[in-house]
Order: sequence, then structure tokens, then C-alpha cells
Amino acid sequence: MNLKLKAVQIRKDIVTLVHSAGTGHIGGDLSVTDILVDLYYKQMHVGPELVHDPNRDRFVLSKGHSVEALYSVLADKGYFSKEELHQTYSKFGSKYIGHPNNKVNGVEMNTGSLGHGLAVGVGMALAGKMDGRPYRVYVVLGDGEMEEGSNWEAITAGAHYKLDNLTAFVDRNRLQISGTTEEVMTQEKQEERWAAFGWNVLSIPGNDIDAIDAAVTKAKATKGKPTVIIANTTKGCGVSYIENQVAWHHKVPTDAEYAQAMQELQAQEAQYE
Amino acid sequence: MNKIANKQVICDILLQHAATDKDIVVLCSDSRGSGSMTDFAKKFPKQFVEVGIAEQDLVSISAGLAACGKKAFAVSPASFLSTRSMEQAKVDVAYSHTNVKLLGISGGVSYGALGMTHHSATDIATLGSIPGMRVYLPSDRFQTAKLIEALLKDQDPAYIRVGRNAVPDVYSEAQVPFVLNKATLVRDGQDVTLIACGEMVNAAKEAGALLAKQGVSARVLDMYCVKPLDKAAVLKAAKETKFIVTIEEHTMYGGMGSMVSQLVAAEAPCRVLNMTLPDAPVITGKSQEVFDYYGLNAAGIVKQVLAVRK
Ligand SMILES: [Mg+2]
Repeated sequence: MNLKLKAVQIRKDIVTLVHSAGTGHIGGDLSVTDILVDLYYKQMHVGPELVHDPNRDRFVLSKGHSVEALYSVLADKGYFSKEELHQTYSKFGSKYIGHPNNKVNGVEMNTGSLGHGLAVGVGMALAGKMDGRPYRVYVVLGDGEMEEGSNWEAITAGAHYKLDNLTAFVDRNRLQISGTTEEVMTQEKQEERWAAFGWNVLSIPGNDIDAIDAAVTKAKATKGKPTVIIANTTKGCGVSYIENQVAWHHKVPTDAEYAQAMQELQAQEAQYE
Repeated sequence: MNKIANKQVICDILLQHAATDKDIVVLCSDSRGSGSMTDFAKKFPKQFVEVGIAEQDLVSISAGLAACGKKAFAVSPASFLSTRSMEQAKVDVAYSHTNVKLLGISGGVSYGALGMTHHSATDIATLGSIPGMRVYLPSDRFQTAKLIEALLKDQDPAYIRVGRNAVPDVYSEAQVPFVLNKATLVRDGQDVTLIACGEMVNAAKEAGALLAKQGVSARVLDMYCVKPLDKAAVLKAAKETKFIVTIEEHTMYGGMGSMVSQLVAAEAPCRVLNMTLPDAPVITGKSQEVFDYYGLNAAGIVKQVLAVRK
């Protein structure tokens, strides 16, 4: 599969979903898209036919506000209907809530409050070790989310239990809702922080699918410790006026902005076709 | 006098089942000694997870294990479990609907002179307010055993509070009436109903006997199932007896008494008195000294009942 093309198509779905629903966290959605595409279309043992398979890989979107990216991938993978998603997302009575909800097929765990997903992933990885199952656990965190103290409890436990079946991503886009991470609460030396706690640390350009794929392959081959992939991403990646703009954390495109975004993404699509 | 604490009984039941049920997992937050789980950790090290002093992680890791098919028992002092990890209980356990049983040990004021940091007199209010979270306060070791046996059979979230010390038996080995989520009728009566939970049940039982000697017929209900509250038993009491007195080791707001009062006011109005700990840090002392000071004992209950009857 042409993963780069798939990532552009998912971005189109995300922008369309946020525009039509009039709500969403578009900046983080677009920054995390390439990670999700590599995991769901290449690296993870998952699929709608495997939702009850005890050996399926587990994915937890700890930065749950990037739910539009996750739902777009799950719909495209066939876990549920894309049409249903687009018609009901965030609408009255919908199960497609603005944060991951395990009533939605394919969602493993409810998230949304930051600082929970990594510890949940530690529990999932421990269960896999206890039962001798081959599955792997992937957790995606935001860089602002690393300000939550509970993550550091989980990082300690992940290394303590040598969970080499656990891989964490930090979507290091250097922005959070109020400003840059460095202004709000410094997140510098992210690599050194995780390394000091005993994790295998990989730092990559986070919107480069080839780099993501190579890092995940390395994580799978690493024994005796969990791996974190610090994905140095661009918030809003793929749409020029959204990229690196604090204001686009959860802004909704106007009709004109939507048209421009789709035009830009279609141009990228043509490039990969 | 019984020497076996309720928490010890929980460990014994889990030990019995863990041999054949490999999905039972016990997690502790540097609390295996205080939680009476040292035996479990020794006998089933592969089914035991130490998370260190990290109560938030204790609950999230339990939820992750449960999401992968485990029956997780998260054991930690009730004070920390019910407040420090409240959000994990809400999101990762109740909202995500994972099979996690939160075991709050050394609950209420049973840490005594260690002070308010270690008391959990707000746990019914905090955890009970979470949709989908059940709350149980068993009264003695026999009922605790029945409760844990019953909870092992279901997949739903629950919080169970037990005290630090051995408490007098309410029931006996031969007679432990128990139906899950139904209050146990400890004593029947027509004049007043005493509704108690946890360690207060024994005081209510004694009060019932003392009142009988004074010609007052008291019904005593063991409301170990604080949530879901046995509404039928409460409404029956409201209709059949003249008034209700609730007794609990909890602050005055948001506890079992509040829930009984709310229900009675709406559906079968009668007078309801709530005997509780104060809305303040409690006086320094051992559990019994604290209870005696606030009148949370048989004599205090008798006094309340007689005062209302006048
Ligand atoms: Mg960020």
C-alpha cells in the first residue's frame, strides 16, 4: 500500500469531518495522522475481523482529542461506516463522541482526560506477558500531555517491568492549547527524560512515514525495555494555514478555508498517485 | 472476640480462587502488608503486580489488565484510592467498563491517630457519585467472604471498603444471610428502622437489643450495598416503621444516609436522622474512641431513637 497517499486521503477525511461537524481538534489530528497510518495499515496486527482476537495488537490514543484522526482511520479500515460517522459525529445521541469511546467498534479504551493511556497500556502489556501472548501495545501521547505527572508513574512501571511489548509515541509538535510547550511548561530534553527512566528512545521526523515505519520496526526488535518514539511533528501538517498555528488547536475551517485545504490536499494526493 | 480482619478474609478468598482462575490478578501500591496481600504475593507472584506508591497508575494499570481479560483487584488504602485515583476510577474503570474491583483497605477512620490524610470518610461520596461504580461496605468477615465470592462472578466495576482492624461478628459461620444488592435484615421491628453499613452494623444490632429492653421495637438493616442501594428495603422501612435512623462511618454529606434521605423524601416521606462523622477533621483517637466521641455506638443510637420518640 502507498502509505503516503493513504495519509493524504485520511487528512482529507479529517478536514471534511471537522468542517461538516463544526467541531474537532484539527491541529493535533493532522500532526498524528502519519503515525496512525503506519500503525493501522502496516505495522499493527489489527482489523475489523480481529476485534475479538485475543492476539490482536492494542492501540490506545492517550491524546484522545485527536479522535477525528482515529475515527477517520477506523472508518476507512471498515470498523464502521464512514457515512454514519460523518452524519452523526458529535451530534445528539451519537456514540461517536468527541473523544475515543469503546462503544465504537475498534476503540480499545475510553480516553480524553490526559495522562491515563500510557498506564492503561502498561496494564495491557503486562497482561500480554502474563498470558504469553504475542500482541504488542501502542500508545500515542501528546507533548503537552507529558506535563501530566501520572505519565511518569507509568514510564517508571513500564521500564521496571521491562515491557518490550509496549511502544509509546510522543506527538512532539511543540504546541498545546495556550501556546508553545516551551512557553507553557518546558518539554525540552524529552529524549533524555525517557532515557533516564530506562526506556529505549528513538527520535524521528514525525510526519515522515518511512522514518515512523523504521522506528516501529526497531521497537519490535528491542528486547528487555519498552520503546518510546519521539515523533517530531508539525501540528496541522498538510494544510498550509493550519501548520504550526496555536490558534488551530481546535478551530473549525470556514467554507473558504475548507475549500483551500481540500485543494492543497488534492495536490498532494496527485503527487503520490 | 473475632481476630480476623475483613481484609484478611478477602485475601483468603482470592487465594482459594487464584489457584484455578489464572485471570485473577491482585495489584498493590506498596500496600501488600497493610492490605493483607503478602500471602497472595508469595503464593501467586505471577498473578501479583506491585505498582509502587502510585495510586493513579494502580487503577489505570488494573484497567489495562482487565481490558485484556484479567479480573483485577486493586488494593490500596481507601483514603488514597477514593480520592487520588478518583479520575482513574471514573474514566478507566467505570466509564470504560473494565472488570476492576477497587479494594479500599483501612477505610473510614480506622487509621485512627494518623489523621485526616489517612481517613476515607468521603469515599462513598466520591466513588459513589460515579455512574456505573458500585459501592460496598461489608459489616463482618462472614459477609465480606460472601460479597467477594459474589463479585468474583461478575464483570462490573465495584469499590469495596473494609476497615483496618478485626471487627465483632454480626453473623455466624452457620448463618450468613446474603443476597447481592439486597440489604440484610439483621433484626425485625415496627417502631423504628436503623440502617447501617460497614462497622456501624454491629453498633446498630446492639442498639436494637438495648431498645427492645426498653420496649422499642427496632428493625435493623445491614445496607452493605450502599450503591446500588436496596431501595425496596428502605421504602418498606419508611412505610412500616415510624422513622429511620442511618448510621455510617462517613461524613454527613453524600454518604449512605444522604442516599436514604433522598429516596425517602421523594417516595415515602418520613423522618430520617443521619448519624455520621462531622463535616470536619475528626478528633484524634482510635476508631472506637472516635466513634464513642461522636455517639456512633449502641448507646448513642439508643439515645437518638429515644429522643425522637418523645
Ligand atoms: Mg502538542
